[in-house]
Parts: sequence; C-alpha cells; structure tokens
Amino acid sequence: MLTISGSPHLHSDNSTRKIMYGVVIALLPAMFIAVWYFGLGALKVILLSVGFSLFFEWFIQKYFIGGSLTITDGSAMVTGILLAFNVPSNLPWWMVIIGALVAIGIGKMSFGGLGKNIFNPALVSRVFLLVSFPVAMTSWPKPSPITKTLVDTITGPTPLGYIKEGLGAGKTLAELTPHLPSYAQQLMGQMGGSLGEVSALALIIGGIYMLWKKIITWEIPVSVLLTVFVVSGILWLINPQKYMDPVFNLLTGGVMLGAIFMATDMVTSPMTRGGQLIFGFGIGLITVLIRVWGAYPEGVSFAILLMNAVVPLINRGFKPKRFGTARVAS
Amino acid sequence: MDHIVIISVAVLGILALVSAVILFFVASKFKVYEDPKIDEVETVLPKANCGGCGYPGCRAFAEASTKNAKKEKSLEGFFCPVGGNDVMKKVADILGLEIEEKDPMIAVVRCNGSFAHSPNKVNFEGVTSCSFAHALYAGEGGCQYGCLGLGDCVDACEFDAIHMNPETGLPVVNDKCTACGACVIACPRDIIELRKKGPKDKRIFVSCVNKEKGATAIKNCEVACIGCGKCEKVCEFDAITITSFLSYIDFDKCRLCRKCVEVCPTNAIWEVNFKPRKPKPVVASKPVEKPIKVEVKKQEIIMETKKEEDSNTEKSEK
Amino acid sequence: MGLLKTFVLGGIHPPENKLSANQPIRALAVPSQVVVPMGQNLGAPSRPVVKRGEKVKTGQLIAEAGGFISSHLHSPVSGTIFKIDNVMDMSGYRRPAFIIKVEGDEWMDNIDRSEKLVTDVNFTPEEIVAKVKAAGIVGMGGATFPTHVKLMPPPGKKAEYLIINGVECEPYLTADHQLMLEKGAEIVVGTKLLMKALKVGKAVIGIENNKPDAIRQMNELTAGEENISVQPLRVKYPQGGEKQLIKAVTRREVPSGKLPIEVGCVVQNVGTAFAVYEAVTKNKPLIERVVTVTGKALKKPSNLKVRIGTPVSFLLEEAGGLPEDTGKIIGGGPMMGKAVATMDVPVVKGTSGILLMREDASHRPVEGPCIRCSKCTQVCPMGLEPFLLSRLARTGRFETAEQESVMDCIECGSCQYTCPANIPLLDYLRLGKNKVGAMIRARTRK
Repeated sequence: MLTISGSPHLHSDNSTRKIMYGVVIALLPAMFIAVWYFGLGALKVILLSVGFSLFFEWFIQKYFIGGSLTITDGSAMVTGILLAFNVPSNLPWWMVIIGALVAIGIGKMSFGGLGKNIFNPALVSRVFLLVSFPVAMTSWPKPSPITKTLVDTITGPTPLGYIKEGLGAGKTLAELTPHLPSYAQQLMGQMGGSLGEVSALALIIGGIYMLWKKIITWEIPVSVLLTVFVVSGILWLINPQKYMDPVFNLLTGGVMLGAIFMATDMVTSPMTRGGQLIFGFGIGLITVLIRVWGAYPEGVSFAILLMNAVVPLINRGFKPKRFGTARVAS
Repeated sequence: MDHIVIISVAVLGILALVSAVILFFVASKFKVYEDPKIDEVETVLPKANCGGCGYPGCRAFAEASTKNAKKEKSLEGFFCPVGGNDVMKKVADILGLEIEEKDPMIAVVRCNGSFAHSPNKVNFEGVTSCSFAHALYAGEGGCQYGCLGLGDCVDACEFDAIHMNPETGLPVVNDKCTACGACVIACPRDIIELRKKGPKDKRIFVSCVNKEKGATAIKNCEVACIGCGKCEKVCEFDAITITSFLSYIDFDKCRLCRKCVEVCPTNAIWEVNFKPRKPKPVVASKPVEKPIKVEVKKQEIIMETKKEEDSNTEKSEK
Repeated sequence: MGLLKTFVLGGIHPPENKLSANQPIRALAVPSQVVVPMGQNLGAPSRPVVKRGEKVKTGQLIAEAGGFISSHLHSPVSGTIFKIDNVMDMSGYRRPAFIIKVEGDEWMDNIDRSEKLVTDVNFTPEEIVAKVKAAGIVGMGGATFPTHVKLMPPPGKKAEYLIINGVECEPYLTADHQLMLEKGAEIVVGTKLLMKALKVGKAVIGIENNKPDAIRQMNELTAGEENISVQPLRVKYPQGGEKQLIKAVTRREVPSGKLPIEVGCVVQNVGTAFAVYEAVTKNKPLIERVVTVTGKALKKPSNLKVRIGTPVSFLLEEAGGLPEDTGKIIGGGPMMGKAVATMDVPVVKGTSGILLMREDASHRPVEGPCIRCSKCTQVCPMGLEPFLLSRLARTGRFETAEQESVMDCIECGSCQYTCPANIPLLDYLRLGKNKVGAMIRARTRK
C-alpha cells in the first residue's frame, strides 16, 4: 500500500538521541580529567548521578507522567553527568541521589519532561544542594593525579573562594596571588573545584567537538566568555589591587563549564542568534557581578538560572531577520 | 510623638478625601449606561460561549439581542442553539416580546465511508488534521468527498457531543449535541449538516455527499449515493432532489414515510430512531444501525418520564 | 568554493542522490491513451473547446485559458477525444480531464518538427508574448505559473534582470541538468527571446556548481553573448526557490508578500526557456517535457521526454518497472514533491520528476518532544520560526501565526528535514497557511 504524506519526503539523520550522545562524547575529556585529579571519588559521583538520573527519569515517567519512555534518548544521561560535574568529588552518596532526584524530578519532569523545562535541570539541582548542604558543597578536595593517591582526604578552597575569603579578611591581592595555581595549572585543571569544571582545556576540547558536530553554535559560549573577559578586564584596569585579572576569571570556577555546556543547553537557551548573544552577555555580566560583589565566590549557576528565566522574554523580543523585510523596516 | 501621629492621620485623611472626590467625578463623568436587561438576559443564557448564535460569546449575544429588541421590537435572527426554545422563551419574556418556536436541530454526519465500506487504498502519515489532509489528497478510502476521519469536528465541539468511532473511523454525534454548528464550520468537506431533530428524534437523511458519477462513487465506497433517482421518484412530498449525482432530502418537506429508505440500492439513506420494521429485516440489520438502536432505547426511557429536550439542556449546562 | 554566491538565510544540504545524472534524454513512445487534466497551471483551469468524440491532431488547441492567470492546453497526441471526465491527477483529487485515445501521430501542419537550431530572433516583444501564450507555456520548474503573465510586468514596473533557473536544487532530479547539456544552444536562444519579450538588458543563468559540465557548456555557448552570463552558485537547498535565487544572484530581497518584479527580476526555469524557444521559432505548443524517473530501487533511472498526459505507470515501465518494495510514489522531487495515490496519474506540465521511495524510507520517523534546539530557525530560508508557527497552528492561534508571517513560508521543507525531534513542522505550517489564507480571504471579501 502506498503512503501519502506531505513533503518533504526526506529526513536528515539528525535526531535528539544523536545530539544528546554527542554532548556525552564532548563531556568525556573533562570526565577523564576529573577522574585523573579527583580519583575514584569523582568516578563514584558520576556513576551515582548518571545512574539515579536515569532511574528517576524512568520511574517518574512510568508511574507519574505516563507516555512513551524517553530514558534512551540520552537527555537524562547528560543531566546526570552535568550534575556530577557541578558538585565536589567527595560529596556523600545520598546527597548525589537527592541531587539527581531534584534535577530530574523538579528541574525537568515537573515541567512535563524533555523540552518543556524552563531552567537547566542540573543547575537547579546544584543550587538546591548548595543552599541545603553548604558545607558539603563547598569543601573541595585538593586535586592530585590518580597515580599518586587513590584517596582524597585533603580539602581546600577553590581559587575564587580563596580570593573572596582573603579579600574579606582585609588582605591585598599581592599577598594572596602567590598561593594561587599558575595559569597552566588552571588550564589543565589542577586546582580545587567541582569535579568537572576544573580543566578549561578539556572543556574547550569538548566545546570544539560540539561546534564541529553542529550541536551548539558559537554565539552563547563566545558571548559569555567575552563578557566575563571584558567586564572583569575593565574592573582589573580600574584597580588591579582589588580585582583579579580577566584570564584568571575565565579559567577558574565554572565559567568554562557554564559557557560551553550549561548555558548552551538547547531547551533553556534562546532560539535566535540575537537572543543568544544577549543571553550570553547577561550570563557573563551577572557572573562577574556576583563574583565581585556577591555573597558567593562563584555565580555562574545563578547567572545561568537567572537568564534562563528571561529566555521566553528574549524569544519574544528577538525575532530572526525575516526575508524581505529590510526595506520595510528602514 | 503626638504631633507625628496627628500629621500622618491628617495627611492620609486629606489624601483619601482628595482621591475620593476625584474618583467620584471620574465615576460620574465616565459612567456608562448599561441596560440592566442585558445582565438579566445573560443570566438565562447557557454561558457556553460557543459562538453558535453567531456572536462572540453569551454576553455579546445578550447585548446585541437586548439592543435589537429595543430598537426593532423583535428577536428576528437571534437564536441560541444551545439553549433552544426554552432559553429563547425566557429571553423573550425578559425583553417583553414573543418568539416563534423553532424546531430543535442536531448535527448529522453525512458520510458512511467506514473502513469496511470504503477500505483504505493508501496510507496517510502526517498531522491529524482534516484541514491539512483535505489540502493534500482525496482520502485513505479514495473518496474525495468523504470523511477524512482525523477529527477536526471532535476538536471543535465544546459539548463533548461528537466522537470518533475507532471501529469505523467516522465521527458519531450523541444526544449532547446542541446544534451550535461548530463542527459544521470545522469540517473542510461540509459533511456535517444541521438538520431537524424530528419528532421523537426520528429523522431520515442521505448519508453521503459524494457528487461524483455513480460508477466512480461506488468504486470507492459501497454505500455511496449513486444518484440513481429512485428515491426522488418514490417520494410523494417532493422532499428529495438530486443535483450532480447526489440525493438530498429537504427536512422541512420530509414526512418520514421511509419509502426512500426502502428503495435505496446502496443503503445510502438512513433512518434514525425508527422502530425496526418486521417485514424488512435487511434494512434493520444494517451494521451501522446498531449503536443507534441502543440510543433509541435510552431515549425512550427518558421520554416516558419527561421531555427529552429538558434533559438535553440540563446536561449541556453542566 | 566559499567565494561562490548563494543566498544568505538558512538552507540545508540534503544528500544529492542524482542517480540519473548523465543519462541522455530518451524520447518515450506515445502511449495508447493519454489523460490531459484541465487544470495544469496555477490559477483558473482551462476551458475545453473540443467535444467528446472529436478528432484532434497533435498540437491542436483543446482548451483555452479560463481566466487571466490561466493557460491554453493542446492535445499532446493525435486521436479521438474519448471522454471528458474526472480523473485523479497529481493533486490527489479527481478533476476534469480529457481522455484521448491515440491514433497515429499526426501533427498540426504549422509545427516545425525538425531538430534544426534556429537562432533568428527577429520578433517583436508582443509577438513573442502572443506566441508563448498561444503555446500554453507555464513555469516548468513545478509552480506552473503561466509564463505569458510573467512576461507582462504590471504597469509601472520594469524588469531589469532575467534570471534563468538552472539550479535544480532538489535531490534526485536531473531533468534540467540534462536539458542544459543537450539543448544548451536552444536554451540560450530561448533566453534571448525572453529578454526581448521583457525588454531587459541582462540575463543571468544560475547553475549550482554540482553541475560543472552544465556550467562549462553554458559558459561556452554564451561566450559570444555580452548580455547573458552564467553564474555558478554554491550548492544549497532551496536555491531554486525564486526568492532565494534572486537573492543569490542579485543580492536583492523580494519584499514579503510581493512578486519578484518588485525588485526588477523575472525568473524562468531552463525548461521554460527551452519551451519558449520551441514555441516561438517552431510554433510548437507545450505538449511534451523532460521528466526524471528515479529512485534507489529503480533499475534504470532515466531522463525521459514524454508527452503530457502519459500515465506515470508507462514511464516506470520504461525505467525498468515498478520495484516491489515501493512505498511511495512522488511527483516532483523529494523535498517539495507530492506523494501520489496511484500509478495512473498523468504527467502534467509541471511534473519535473517521478521519484520512487522504498518502503522503509517512505515512513515518517517517530515524533519526539521539541527540544528547542532552534535548528529549524537556523535553516529557514525565509527567516521564520517554524517551531513557533507549528505550535501556533497546533493550538489554533492563527491570528498570532499571521503576525509571525506564516504566509511567507515557501514550503521548502528545510525545517522538517532538519528537525532532530522529527516533528512534522511543515504539515503544521501548511495547516497554518491554509487557515490564515482562509482568514485573509474572508477579510477581503467583507
């Protein structure tokens, strides 16, 4: 029997699943670095987070929402990995499970599942954990390559936290900077922090892979990083004694992870190029504001969540350039 | 401290007084006179806001009808299909007018091209919208006049009165129908028609809208009207006309004698809610009649207790 | 390569699959019976001028234009009008058509059937337009807009550019490509005639550079012509769309809701140029055309020259017969073509190809939830937001859809092609266009 359907009769080999697993592949270098520096603790957190994210996705879909199961499309796996990347590697196992429940249950499924959530699920969960368990979420294990030790017991602050604390205690930057990791160490990821955010290099490699595979476009990461660089650069030029230099601001904390993997989350980012640039600008600006004047040393998660909230407005305000409207407008 | 209290009380008091004066003037200056009857009319309307009367909602209908009643002293052209005669009587009473009673109407699906009668010749893939499919092709059964079965009428209905029968692929109207006409507008092929409900819900109609030649029509659907003209000849009341190979029964002229049903060679003419005839089991055993027979029983029970129209309006108001 | 011109917004790169490339055009025999639908052009259907039982010759007028935007219709064969009846055509509906029983092949006397190239173009613009109208030529690219109407710009508008569309951006199709290779000289003459009719000083032949042989051929043929140039274009679908082609060649943008003449451009397909050549120099009406018959399972993908009205089954016979696992027959290309319900539909003036899809490739992939990836917005050549428009159509908010310029959609299918969630975006957009179009018509009637 012949089939009748509207054109087009071709479909590209693009699929949601392909995109999601593409993101997973892009996350592998950073995952490797995490395990390298934070040891089996990191691996445990990642496995727990992914496993329970998948479990909650299946459980909620099966018993609460109904409809066809989507755990195989990879979106829950991406959320799980990103959640793990956003927590310290020594987080207790039950906190990771709570995190997975919050990410999938509150962050994603309560809105109706994939594609309907307003906020990035992994970040919702991270912020939830941060305000619920502030101590556990801010005691960062010191990185040491897996070859040297298997157990991570020593904890210390992140470079950003160290600066914030030091400045709060009335010290000057000149006193504090010698204790910070070098740029090379920051690039490789040899510093304290959430397990996936430390290595800027690994994250950039993942970002380039996603750009090459056309999973993301350049607008959001570039605008976030550029804004952070420029705004912190201006502050640094005004008073290098009080504000850290822009390169430090780019390489430390969650900026790289946020710009490349969290802000670019398709579901929660704007649809048009102009909107994406504004979105990235907003994230960069809020991040620097929180870092410099906020109560927390790091503000990427809050910045992204805040900008997520205005995405519907951005979508409304920024329309793509319509064909054949140039003359009408002028 | 005392004077602070006094000052604040005084400031606020003066502010309140000034505002009150402003509000008073504004209120009296911009006062809109509204006929109290509009509200009265609105309260008796069913408040389904279905638009079946031709106005955007019950309030608009109340406004327009009140205005017209005042000006023209008549309610000509105003009819709430959902509320029917009862509601219109109440509206007329409020407005101090008399109205003519209208016969109750019901939506009738004039297609019988079920999967059995008009087997699928092609397989359709796409959005479930008749409007889209209508622009794309003739239909899975091959009849370009027949029901596409994708349920635009079901979506349009506000009263839960029309549903798809998954076995036949055709919509079925139930007695919740208020004849608002939404499905008639929604159907891209004009298959649904508002017809008189008929005495005791008895009605006869041609369940086909195929305007093609008989040979083409019957090729795609075994219960199509082939325009043979037998019904036209047998009708004693000039109720049946045939235009472009399609028979149509005028429900104002039809006296429900059922002769046309007997002569129709393709069973395209339907009788609804009649008692099955004993000498002609062929007609009575039409498979499509089955669900309707059940309906008849239900309605008969209702009719014994009270008028079935009352029960209908009650249901629709819920 | 990157320096080549193309249009700016959106666009996709579907696999080309030009299976029938370099297959010489074969003339197909005349079948024993042809079906000539009356509505073969955009606009009003033609009005019959012959009756049932009448004898007709090949090329004889059988129906005249039924309105301003309409075209004449000629008998593609000689024989007897067997019936005038409703017959299923490419639209999926049974519509009025001539059914002609073929007897011999006797042509009208005034038609020059020789293959000799005529380069003499000494005609006045009025003569050319009259001859094009008399020959019943319509846009051969698929839109079937009557050509003579396009050749008469509305008062106050002046054409500056004639763009000959040799893009053939649809995957699989090769009819235009092959026509340029074999009848390039004739196309150049046709182009000159069209330029004369439009009184334009410049013509550009746009060809995508996946057809280097055609570009070379046309470059050689237009070497002596100052006013005709060949513009190679970067491969991108839907470059063959009128508005996209104008943008690619001239950098001009046709304003929303307006015709190309607004920016001084007229676009004609290469097939149309060839038909114009035949009509003007040889008095031959549009009674045959080149059709690509193709498909992955087909034995002999071919480019066939067939008479209008030949049933599709006859073409498939020539191309090696209908493969067993055919799940879909498409009239046209895979991106914009129409799936047809039976093999009996006739070839019409706008049929550029017949494409067979295998059963496993004929079904839509399962639809998933929209992940708001904005790929549809990125690829839309008209700068629309298909995800938004489809949602508006789905929820019945057609007024908003109109504000979001749903009517600008050219139905190229790029959005649906690229959607990772397999949402039938174009289905919804078409639904929206239907409803908004009805709304606009209702408004203008008031």
